[in-house]
Amino acid sequence: MKKVYPDADAALDGLLFDGMHIAAGGFGLCGIPELLIDALVKSGVKDLTIASNNCGVDGFGLGKLLDTKQIKKMQSSYVGENAEFMRQYLSGELELEFNPQGTLAERMRAGGAGIPGFYTKTGVGTVIADGKEVKQFNGEDYILEEGIFADLSIVKAWKADDTGNLIFRKTARNFNPPAAMCGKVCVAEVEEIVPRGSIDPDLIHLPGIYVHRVIQGEHEKRIEQRTTRKREEA
Amino acid sequence: MPWDRNQMAARAAQELEDGMYVNLGIGIPTLVANYVGDKDITLQSENGMLGMGPFPFEGEEDPDLINAGKQTITELSRTSYFDSATSFGMIRGGKIAAAILGAMEVAENGDLANWMIPGKLVKGMGGAMDLVAGVGRVVVVMDHTNKHGESKVLKECTLPLTGRGVVDRIITNLGVLDVVDGGLKIVELADGVTEEEFRAATEATLV
Repeated sequence: MKKVYPDADAALDGLLFDGMHIAAGGFGLCGIPELLIDALVKSGVKDLTIASNNCGVDGFGLGKLLDTKQIKKMQSSYVGENAEFMRQYLSGELELEFNPQGTLAERMRAGGAGIPGFYTKTGVGTVIADGKEVKQFNGEDYILEEGIFADLSIVKAWKADDTGNLIFRKTARNFNPPAAMCGKVCVAEVEEIVPRGSIDPDLIHLPGIYVHRVIQGEHEKRIEQRTTRKREEA
Repeated sequence: MPWDRNQMAARAAQELEDGMYVNLGIGIPTLVANYVGDKDITLQSENGMLGMGPFPFEGEEDPDLINAGKQTITELSRTSYFDSATSFGMIRGGKIAAAILGAMEVAENGDLANWMIPGKLVKGMGGAMDLVAGVGRVVVVMDHTNKHGESKVLKECTLPLTGRGVVDRIITNLGVLDVVDGGLKIVELADGVTEEEFRAATEATLV
């Protein structure tokens, strides 16, 4: 079992094909797999369907794959900060499937847990329910949502060991664990690969069974909205 | 005088009780945190955090620590972090006592519209649909009328819904309304606002 790869290009080697379905971790620009996104750009793989809460910003994160027109369809809850996204969407070049944020997260988790569908109250009576089965439980309406089964998961964690056990840091965890779970193959990029045994087994956030390939690298970790308070206010 | 943004936020803070876990939306709802006083309130940020702290001091921003509005924030001694599926599990599962959210329109049956205007750029619903479907109590904070002076408190929403029959209480610059059988009930008028003025600004049925 060798899960550690030298870089993002090597880690994606043999996994990519046109028209594939990718699940990506991250919320906004927080906890996004920057290095693997760059490698996807380099690979030229196209007609991608990507399940990701957001689609980066212009020129960064998944926004890079928009600039190169490699994305065919996004499954997202919020795509606000991206002019190129809007341009491609309004011109019909890009498909968009809006998912309520919790529904998207649960669709990934469900896919990873072998659950093809689940019922939720979220979106009942809204456009999200259009065309979906409605079922009553205890007199209340619920809609059927389907699990996501992706060809590939790309995620970002803080640390990994060489068996793929992952720990995340603060709110950079977000969609990464559910995204990691729902792919046939999961590639994780981390800030540091640490020796086996150096992470307390009780503190592992995602067990290595979900993670097939790991790379270590430098991350830009761009901040989208820098908000601060003055020291005098303390 | 109608309430200003801060007075609306202060009124909304009165909805919160000691020990509550609460999710605050973007805009005026964010200001509610400034008015909770001595109450022990835990703020949830749906990107995966309970126990949200204030903005960091300059130079101490952490790119791994943001709120659902993607703003840099800080943690508290009580803070916990979790993934998005767990986060919306606690929302959908009814563990969050209340959400205080902004709105474009609210109808007398509790329908809420706050995520899209057809024909304008659509950014997405984010976590709003999950929140209104799942949390124990939904309190809307918004201006009573739009910039053209038209009521935002309606018989029926005209915009695509975020949730059907989900709103419990509405706090506007003119006062406070509850969603009850048959329409909306006036709970409170803002200082100096007459019931006549309030009714004139309200399209919904008042019972």
